[in-house]
Amino acid sequence: MNSCKDKELVRARKMRRVLPGFGLTMGFTLCYVSLLVLIPLSTILLKSTTLSWSTFWGTVFSPRALASYRLSLGASLLGALLNAVFGLLVTWVLVRYRFPGKRLLNGLVDLPFALPTAVAGIALTTLYATNGWIGWYLDLLGIKAAYAPLGIVIALTFIGLPFVVRTLEPVLQSFDGILEEAAASLGASRWQTFWRVVFPELRPALLTGFALAFARGLGEYGSVIFIAGNMPMRTEITPLLIMIKLEQFDYAGATAIALLLLFMSFTLLLSINLLQRRLGKLAFAEGGGT
Amino acid sequence: MMPSAQLGRLSIAPPTAAANLTESRLIAGLLIAVAVVYLGLFLVVPVIAVFAKALEKGVATYWAAISDPMALAAIRLTIITAAIAVPLNTLFGLAASWAIAKFDFPGKNILMTVIDLPFSVSPVISGMIFVLLFGAQGVFGAWLMAHDMKIIFAVPGIVLATVFVTFPFVARELIPLMQAQGNDEEEAARTLGAGGWQIFFRVTLPNVKWGLLYGVIMCNARAMGEFGAVSVVSGHIRGVTNTMPLHVEILYNEYQFAAAFAVASLLTLLALLTLVGRRAIEWRLTAEIAKPSPRRTQEEEK
Repeated sequence: MNSCKDKELVRARKMRRVLPGFGLTMGFTLCYVSLLVLIPLSTILLKSTTLSWSTFWGTVFSPRALASYRLSLGASLLGALLNAVFGLLVTWVLVRYRFPGKRLLNGLVDLPFALPTAVAGIALTTLYATNGWIGWYLDLLGIKAAYAPLGIVIALTFIGLPFVVRTLEPVLQSFDGILEEAAASLGASRWQTFWRVVFPELRPALLTGFALAFARGLGEYGSVIFIAGNMPMRTEITPLLIMIKLEQFDYAGATAIALLLLFMSFTLLLSINLLQRRLGKLAFAEGGGT
Repeated sequence: MMPSAQLGRLSIAPPTAAANLTESRLIAGLLIAVAVVYLGLFLVVPVIAVFAKALEKGVATYWAAISDPMALAAIRLTIITAAIAVPLNTLFGLAASWAIAKFDFPGKNILMTVIDLPFSVSPVISGMIFVLLFGAQGVFGAWLMAHDMKIIFAVPGIVLATVFVTFPFVARELIPLMQAQGNDEEEAARTLGAGGWQIFFRVTLPNVKWGLLYGVIMCNARAMGEFGAVSVVSGHIRGVTNTMPLHVEILYNEYQFAAAFAVASLLTLLALLTLVGRRAIEWRLTAEIAKPSPRRTQEEEK
């Protein structure tokens, strides 16, 4: 026991590490990550190498697949845009004002993170169907929400709601009021102060939240399939198309489309990372300045 | 409360600029109204709808839907799955955060990106990769078949997919927390002669306990609610490979709406409890960070 401890100390000193346990925790982490994430994910690449180019292009650029990308990208983009606009407003209200029920609403913002997507899906479908509480009124206006592309946008807006609010919240909370006071005492109107002074500071976080909501929307499945109607070419999202190919045991086709979907999400993720790096640099520069 | 709070904010500003420092009451009221309507429409109304629809046909129907053998089997499977996935990912989260936060090594950023990967993968793809590995046509398909083992369309597949999907929750919560706390206390313990496990259980764990609990709660919520990934690997065999969310889907697709919403209401309750727990922990966490360290040790002694 004692010699073992000594050996460990010697090794720790050699590696210039004061604390023990690096080998154990790192080894466990690497094993776990490899077994559960890297190896399973790499099967997609492995499987895709067995595809011929013609099958790959044929599947990935089939009219049905193209329609699904258009819908998935378009609906997530719209949902993320809605969340960017209303998320900014909601964050402003939650950070700056006091009103009854604020704490409750603030707590509920995270609901889409905690509520199972299938539950969100059936609840939204029931609300927006033509005989539902909200769908009935929309129907009077001649708007069809459930079983139409609009329904998909609604589901993706629900799913993406917390991202913008929760990314903006800390930035707005720590926003220095002195800048606003300076702008106001220099004669800026409230709107000018917001648009020229506050908004530029919020923009990076707003973009990050937008991109996160967008990326989440692209892959979302559970909440969408109930409300979408799932008609090929019209209301069929890309994750559902993968699911359908899997159910038909067309693993090659499913892999091809999955690869493209992964590529789209990773591109988005990468742009978020680059954004955050810029954001970090900005914050650092500011911290150095004051 | 509201006027005094506003007065407090206004009193900081020079009197001349005060008028331009905050929105007029009309604009503020309008903004609050829009925010309340937006959040109400997207968050409050769906929750109310779940409970209203669940109880639409009376308490007896509600009770029958929940105590149905198939529903009970689904509840049991959901609990078993979470009971395996959450501890595994908690253990991993502790190991990964210790390695990443306490030590410097090359490739740290890559490792952190890899840990985050499952969050950016579509749930359907998360399920698909296990079908590609263990399905009948999969990499290990023939071997599994020869040894009469089943992973896909069986419970192990559901557990695997759930572990994958809930993988980052605890690690993601603990890594930044441990990084922020630094190594000082652990190194002090080391110089005083404490061993690795002693340091971990008596110094590190008490320092991160609220963050850990936070991660565990979120991990559990996702593990019990995961739908897409589990749907791919489950095969939807009633009473055998049906988790609660899958059971909700089946009931809904069979037009048994009251029953579907009854089971859904249990999941909604879980989500609401998760949010309450999360808030409570967040509150503790900010108190903990604000608290000076001598008080922390005092509390430990109690």
